[in-house]
Amino acid sequence: MYDKEQPILTIKNLRKQFGKGCTICRDLDDKNIQKNFCPVCQTVYACRDVSFELYPAEILGVVGESGSGKSTLMKCLYFDQDVTSGEAYIQGYKNGNANIFAETSQQKKYIRNHLFGMVYQNPYLGLRMNFSSVGNIAEKLIGAGSRNVGFMTGRAQELLGNVNIPIYRMKEAPKNFSGGMQQRVQIAKALSNNPPILLLDEVTTGLDLSVQANVLDLIKKIQRDLKISMLVVSHDLSVIRMLADRTIVMLNGKIIEQGLTDQILEDPQHPYTQQLVHSLL
Amino acid sequence: MKEIIKIENLSKFFELHNLGKYIKACQNISFTLHEGEFIGITGKSGSGKSTILKCIYRTYLPKGGCIWYRSKLYGVINLAKASDRQIIHLRKKEIGYVSQFLNVMPRTTAREIVQKAVLDIGYDIDYAKEEAENMLSHFELDQELWDTYPNTFSGGEKLRLNIASAMVKKPRLLLLDEPTASLDNESKKLVKVLLEKLKAKGTSMIGIFHDLEFMEGVCDREFNMKTGNFTV
Ligand SMILES: Nc1ncnc2c1ncn2[C@@H]1O[C@H](COP(=O)(O)OP(=O)(O)O)[C@@H](O)[C@H]1O
Ligand SMILES: Nc1ncnc2c1ncn2[C@@H]1O[C@H](COP(=O)(O)OP(=O)(O)O)[C@@H](O)[C@H]1O
Ligand SMILES: [Mg+2]
Ligand SMILES: [Mg+2]
Ligand SMILES: [Zn+2]
Repeated sequence: MYDKEQPILTIKNLRKQFGKGCTICRDLDDKNIQKNFCPVCQTVYACRDVSFELYPAEILGVVGESGSGKSTLMKCLYFDQDVTSGEAYIQGYKNGNANIFAETSQQKKYIRNHLFGMVYQNPYLGLRMNFSSVGNIAEKLIGAGSRNVGFMTGRAQELLGNVNIPIYRMKEAPKNFSGGMQQRVQIAKALSNNPPILLLDEVTTGLDLSVQANVLDLIKKIQRDLKISMLVVSHDLSVIRMLADRTIVMLNGKIIEQGLTDQILEDPQHPYTQQLVHSLL
Repeated sequence: MKEIIKIENLSKFFELHNLGKYIKACQNISFTLHEGEFIGITGKSGSGKSTILKCIYRTYLPKGGCIWYRSKLYGVINLAKASDRQIIHLRKKEIGYVSQFLNVMPRTTAREIVQKAVLDIGYDIDYAKEEAENMLSHFELDQELWDTYPNTFSGGEKLRLNIASAMVKKPRLLLLDEPTASLDNESKKLVKVLLEKLKAKGTSMIGIFHDLEFMEGVCDREFNMKTGNFTV
């Protein structure tokens, strides 16, 4: 269905700033900006000309310290936030010729419901805590046009089963669940429309180590079984090491390095990446 | 005989910015590996033997020189400059790497790991199943372990699985970085038998071995790091 040799997602010069900018900081010269912030006009440059490609069936890791712009990147892609400028193209969507950031809100809704699945660090952003787990998934299916209750219940049960939610708890609201279970429900929900691209933002951050391992295993298994493309964001290099084929390193809103994950870990080039890897050893 | 690898003036250094260090790991290495040939690299610890293999596999980014590889996928390609995607494809289909360190995948049974290696090259599931079973039996991995997760395996069992999954692909080029370092004599023999089989089927190999006797038993030529030439 997809051409494996062509990117499924191409991002060009994605820029997201909070604030208007001023004549001092507008050229984004590092001299005039402190980390990602203009001390004169207080503008935050959360993503600065981010460009990369995601290929079919690959897991691409995005790593960087807190504040480096990882979540902003994900939110822009999922249309939770509007980009300041930049382009993104999806293989198979309007022949890969339409910049999705420039699409109408109707079209964006379509893209969100059919082409992307999103798993947030904070399950409160991704789930309705008072709906049942089945209801959460049904909501997403309805968003994509489903109306048949029998089908939706069956599909929800199948998806929740795949992420190991016991059948007797599926009617329960996720607010009663543990953090690991909530993330698993989010994953099931994100996969409900078989999107070709899954966005995962710090899915395991804050979970106990053994629970983390479980969720990481689950992600790996999903990738193997469904051959889905994933963008996996984490501040934790050990998560990226477990999951990603290739890795992008972000600092202060910019991509400073990218490469094969084993190369990034064993032969990092940028001083910041070296420090990051060093702290892992 | 055709060349499969031609290394020209390969150099690798590490610039450790935070420590203010500059390490020359290998310099101006040149040699040629012919199709079906098995070269051993010798030299003292720290002389850059592993660095050469890691540059070929691209775990390290070479800093100077060329690594010409005659690939099936892309024809003659310079591995020092190939794209990450090309390297990923070559690793899946043509180039194998085995060391004493293992890369076990989570929630994957021993059988699945070996099968996946075969599926990656493009064979169908029936063939993959058969090959996986042959390989697991060859390495005398207890049948009861085949469908369990390797994170519970002993060191020796993990290592045998690691070698099995690299060898089952019958890669065109196999890089071996002291794979037998912590194996007992029985397991070493099993590795040797397989290396000989792979060689008979045309796999070209470059290897580093702690055990010089073992190396002399399997290699055609030895490249000496100190002289930068083959030992005659
Ligand atoms: N809504 C916002 N308003 C102003 N600044 C923001 C907003 N959201 C994020 N930022 C800033 O953008 C930068 C990147 O944040 P974020 O994308 O959350 O980083 P990360 O996910 O890598 O920790 C930070 O400096 C953050 O303070
Ligand atoms: N990833 C690395 N980062 C920094 N220095 C390294 C790295 N890998 C190897 N070196 C250095 O390069 C030199 C050659 O190492 P190596 O190739 O492992 O030697 P050998 O395999 O012959 O023992 C050594 O000085 C080693 O410390
Ligand atoms: Mg974040
Ligand atoms: Mg070595
Ligand atoms: Zn400013």
